[in-house]
Amino acid sequence: MAAGDIDPMHQFVIEPIFGSFQRNNPFVFTNSALWTLIVLFTIWLFMVGGMKRELVPGRWQIMVEGLIGFVDNMVHASIGPEGRKYLPWVFTSFIFLLFANLMGNMPFGVYAPAHPFTVTSQFTFTGVMSLISFAIVLGVGFYKHKLHFFSLFMPSGVPLVGKLLLFPIEFVSFLVRPFSLGLRPFIAMFAGHILLDIFGNFVVQGLQAGGGGIAISILCFLFVTFISALELLVAAIQAYVFAILTSLYINDAVNLH
Amino acid sequence: MDLASAKVIGAGLAAIGVGAAALGVGYVFGSFVQSSLRNPAAADSQQGRLFIGFAAAELLGLMAFAIAMIILYAFKG
Repeated sequence: MAAGDIDPMHQFVIEPIFGSFQRNNPFVFTNSALWTLIVLFTIWLFMVGGMKRELVPGRWQIMVEGLIGFVDNMVHASIGPEGRKYLPWVFTSFIFLLFANLMGNMPFGVYAPAHPFTVTSQFTFTGVMSLISFAIVLGVGFYKHKLHFFSLFMPSGVPLVGKLLLFPIEFVSFLVRPFSLGLRPFIAMFAGHILLDIFGNFVVQGLQAGGGGIAISILCFLFVTFISALELLVAAIQAYVFAILTSLYINDAVNLH
Repeated sequence: MDLASAKVIGAGLAAIGVGAAALGVGYVFGSFVQSSLRNPAAADSQQGRLFIGFAAAELLGLMAFAIAMIILYAFKG
């Protein structure tokens, strides 16, 4: 690869830290695994710090309780009183996506295998999470309503011809759900990090070019700052969208229409 | 035209879709603000629908971006 080339995909490469990718060696500790553990440890620290159950809550406890109350309200608003049962999964996916997205934005790239790796920038992660959501929807739907669950695809108050037309559309849109649910947080993180990488490279290349390049470099630096702020917003929005869509899909399964 | 330049042009054309999704996202939030100013009491209860609309509009733009990336990096023609 030539000197001036930008390689924005390099930051998503999964590299082994212990062990190597070889045959007969299925268990490799990668940078993805390392950062998953770091994210889980941070979540644990955050939750443990706020679970002291003091009568007069401190700042930390208010933070944790506020976050749980926020997700609880959301689940209650979209599923109803039965929603409490599904709070554990919705809250788990919300807080994991939130922390993984935010920690992927940390700006250290000093030591190559240990640079902040956004675990949610791999479709394997978000795809498995959306499959779990979809499995909960299917399991709850078929357990509660048996074969009556298929009436989910039959909009009520529509003449028979309309039903015949709408059934395949509703069915396909139902089947696409796990795909779109997992694709959304993945692509949002992926696209944002590529954008940051490209404009970060422009800053350095502009400085190296000198002359008019320095003006472009300063512009790109401002742009990177702005995009970083936008990334923080997108990280939170994607976690929120995943949680609210999961609870709405569960609502379909619990209450049908 | 050789394949390398055709790839780059194709990826640039695929990026138009991202701008189209920007129109969609702007429309979703714009009409939400418009209608919530008409009836502020009902605005909070409709936030779920707002984010479903936003998510659907945004996803299609992200698809366009994904296609551009596939053309550029994953397609070894």
